[in-house]
Amino acid sequence: MRATLSKKGDVWRLVSVLILVLYAVILVYPLARLLKVSVITPDGHFSLDGFRAFFGQRYYVRSISNSLKVSVAATVISLLVGVPLAYFYQMYELKGKSLLQVLIILCSMSAPFIGAYAWIVLMGRSGIFTKLLGGIGIKVGSIYGFKGILLVLTLQLFPLVFLYTCGALKNIDNSLLEASINMGRSGTKMFLTVVIPLCMPTIIAAALLVFMRAFADFGTPLLIGEGYKTFPVIIYDAYFAETGGNRMFGATVSIIGIIITACIFLIQNYFSNRHKFTMNAMHTIERKQAHGLKNVLINVYSWFVVALAFMPQVYVIYSSFQKTSGKLFVPGYSLDSYRFAFTHLKKAIPNTFKIGITALAIMIVLAVLIAYLVVRRSNFANKVIDTLSMVPYIIPGSVIGIALVLAFSKRPLLLTGTVTIMVIALIIRRIPYTIRSSVAVLQQIPLSIEEAALSLGASKMKTFFTITVPMMGNGIISGAILSWVTIITELSTAVILYNANTITLTLAVYTYVSRGSYGVAAAYATILTVTTIISLLLYMRVTGNKEVTL
Amino acid sequence: MSVDIRIRNAVKKYGDNTIIPDLSLDIREGEFFTLLGPSGCGKTTLLRMIAGFNTIEGGDFFFNDVRINDMDPVKRNIGMVFQNYAIFPHLTVEKNVAFGLKNRNLPKEEIAAKTDQFLKLVKIEEYRTRMPERLSGGQQQRVALARALAITPDVLLMDEPLSNLDAKLRVEMRTVIKEIQNEIGITTVYVTHDQEEAMAVSDRIAVMNEGDIQQIGIPKALYQRPANLFVASFIGLTNLITSRLEISNGQTYICLPGEYKIPLDTIRKEERRAQDVILSIRPEELYVKPFGEDGVAAYVDDAVFLGLNTHYFIHFEDGEKAEIIQESQIDSIIEKGTKISLGVKTDKINVFDTEGKRNLVEGVVNDLDAYSGAL
Ligand SMILES: Nc1ncnc2c1ncn2[C@@H]1O[C@H](COP(=O)(O)OP(=O)(O)OP(=O)(O)O)[C@@H](O)[C@H]1O
Ligand SMILES: [Mg+2]
Repeated sequence: MRATLSKKGDVWRLVSVLILVLYAVILVYPLARLLKVSVITPDGHFSLDGFRAFFGQRYYVRSISNSLKVSVAATVISLLVGVPLAYFYQMYELKGKSLLQVLIILCSMSAPFIGAYAWIVLMGRSGIFTKLLGGIGIKVGSIYGFKGILLVLTLQLFPLVFLYTCGALKNIDNSLLEASINMGRSGTKMFLTVVIPLCMPTIIAAALLVFMRAFADFGTPLLIGEGYKTFPVIIYDAYFAETGGNRMFGATVSIIGIIITACIFLIQNYFSNRHKFTMNAMHTIERKQAHGLKNVLINVYSWFVVALAFMPQVYVIYSSFQKTSGKLFVPGYSLDSYRFAFTHLKKAIPNTFKIGITALAIMIVLAVLIAYLVVRRSNFANKVIDTLSMVPYIIPGSVIGIALVLAFSKRPLLLTGTVTIMVIALIIRRIPYTIRSSVAVLQQIPLSIEEAALSLGASKMKTFFTITVPMMGNGIISGAILSWVTIITELSTAVILYNANTITLTLAVYTYVSRGSYGVAAAYATILTVTTIISLLLYMRVTGNKEVTL
Repeated sequence: MSVDIRIRNAVKKYGDNTIIPDLSLDIREGEFFTLLGPSGCGKTTLLRMIAGFNTIEGGDFFFNDVRINDMDPVKRNIGMVFQNYAIFPHLTVEKNVAFGLKNRNLPKEEIAAKTDQFLKLVKIEEYRTRMPERLSGGQQQRVALARALAITPDVLLMDEPLSNLDAKLRVEMRTVIKEIQNEIGITTVYVTHDQEEAMAVSDRIAVMNEGDIQQIGIPKALYQRPANLFVASFIGLTNLITSRLEISNGQTYICLPGEYKIPLDTIRKEERRAQDVILSIRPEELYVKPFGEDGVAAYVDDAVFLGLNTHYFIHFEDGEKAEIIQESQIDSIIEKGTKISLGVKTDKINVFDTEGKRNLVEGVVNDLDAYSGAL
């Protein structure tokens, strides 16, 4: 045994190879296909026609600037809302702060297009508020287009900024703030010149995440954007046109999408490299009770933004119990929407769990293995794995969907329309987050513990499974629950890959929203929200605290 | 401008927990004052009350004649050196030092000049453009000191500033701190639970226990004439021996094990009566004589050679144990089991009442007594 191992190198080398092969098949090959299709005509000639077609049309080019505008605006506003909120939350005793935090987390976890549709129902042309306010003579401006997208995305994304920033604030040692106060800087000035710079690495990371989400989100602009076309909508349209005919154009648009996000990533990377330092708090910041007007203002601010962000979900739950007639809501309450939801698309609920759990299980195993390779076996192959696994982080979900369709629509790799391809898509999309959290957990475990096990005669695999994995246990489970929530609310890739057999809850909501059956959509959305809440409670139970860190 | 600090009847509570019941204290202008006490006795708590980071539940705090209880910490003009240094990790050494100066709307040149001055003072000017992460512990500590001093504070507060350093660096840095404090003559309150460190740097020390101050005095006073048993055993090593005072023919004696009596002239007049007492005899206050000479009989249990000194662990005839320190001799170490006689340097030993609350010997100086009347 020992002899064969030393000849072939150790088991971990084999694991590296297997993972490399896997990534080659499910990621590199599809992306290569995508690139090939974008520049090679069906009869085999190199051609840049696709790019010409794209950049020749103002309509397409404008979608890029539209997307950039919306994403930059959403990122800036999310930061402006989320960072102060996190600061208030960590520095002061807010009223009902536990509830506040749970609500913020729930907001961050709902699918953005649900927000979009709720806002349409509330503030759209025939929205409830629009009518109410119209009745007393107040005209609300149009919620459609740029403003609407911005509103929905911001309310969806500032919670992420909040959660990230809270994590950073928890790492600030109280004495840093006290030192600042000693030297004459307190209050707003301290916030701007000490707290913000200290959180800068995290704020930059959060900004990237928020920007990528805003840039890649296609459900929101599709529903509420109307004439304001953003880039993901173009990708989506190109894809559906592509199924009709011009595959090249769809692929081209996808490649352009990747180029744009890669540029954004490089820019972000440049800034984050200039703001690198580590912190470790011995004494974390203690919450203080604010007094007087200040106390009132920070409470009002915090609860106002959270209420605004949570309102769509409340409304969706409420409307799921409203009576409907056809597609319209009528006065009175009933469970008809639920009856309809459970009798139609019967597969949606079991599919959600089947696809979600399968993807989650495979993803955790993979992520733990990759994390181990990255942290403990740093070599060239494993660095490649690390990089590959992070690539999907910056690729818009719909692009991944299209790449997978292009790669797996022919024998022997015919997977389109199967559960398998949905699972693959989810794994590719969500594994970067799981790997990051596993890496973080693993870095906390001293190497000497594993060395002790090895010195006591345990094999490398045995050490990994009986020592390392159990020690990572809680970290893995809590990471997994959060991944689970993102898996069940994933839309942009799935919407390209699904069919009637593989439809999930999120897709069902999307389907009925786009058909205008808001009651049924609300019922599905409510089931989704309840699943999310239960998962979240489970998470808090497992981690034994009320603090969610991403 | 340095200030003196007056604290009167300070109270600190966390919820229903009273940490400091009633504490009064004077710190003189320009002095190096140390709060010394076991872990959890409230040193940090008191220091942070002075700094303004802890609420004050009762009593008055004065800087000179200004009551500072309700003064914003920003306005107290305090320099603080934290246990973990609290260097801003995102700023260079130079910018850390200049941080406080920039808050004072000083002209640029003055900021630069002062930054230079203090970087030089603590001898880190060559690292001025480095990020703190790439500094050693001692260097970070110097940055923290320079940063605190650069704002020319009225008071310098330090909470166990050396406890994160290794033993050698601790000794080195405490000398640096002491020298710099001397040079600028700033009122300094220093917290430590290391008594040797306290003795090395302080002008005066306040020994605390469970939120109360036990004694305030110069290091020599605390060591040689501790006000109570707690101070005697917290500062330095000591042997505690239960004993009795006896008076015969107007002479006071103490009884040592083996019915050995020694005349003692240092007992205060009003305490010269027959009573049970506890003796505190430091290891160097006993000296070994060959057996048979006049002294307390004892047996050597063990000997530890430490270079300059040799420690002997002995027991008396009644079984009570004690430790003795002798300057090492060239000839030999006394063998285990050897019977010896012990002489006592009677002028040095201390005698406490049975509760350990009072030292019965003359010459106890406790600056704390100044307030007990005023309470
Ligand atoms: N924020 C707090 N809430 C409740 N109790 C506290 C708090 N901070 C300190 N205490 C308690 O007050 C007492 C004194 O603490 P303090 O930190 O002042 O001790 P210390 O003398 O500085 O000890 P050390 O040498 O270990 O630093 C301790 O019993 C501690 O448990
Ligand atoms: Mg302390």
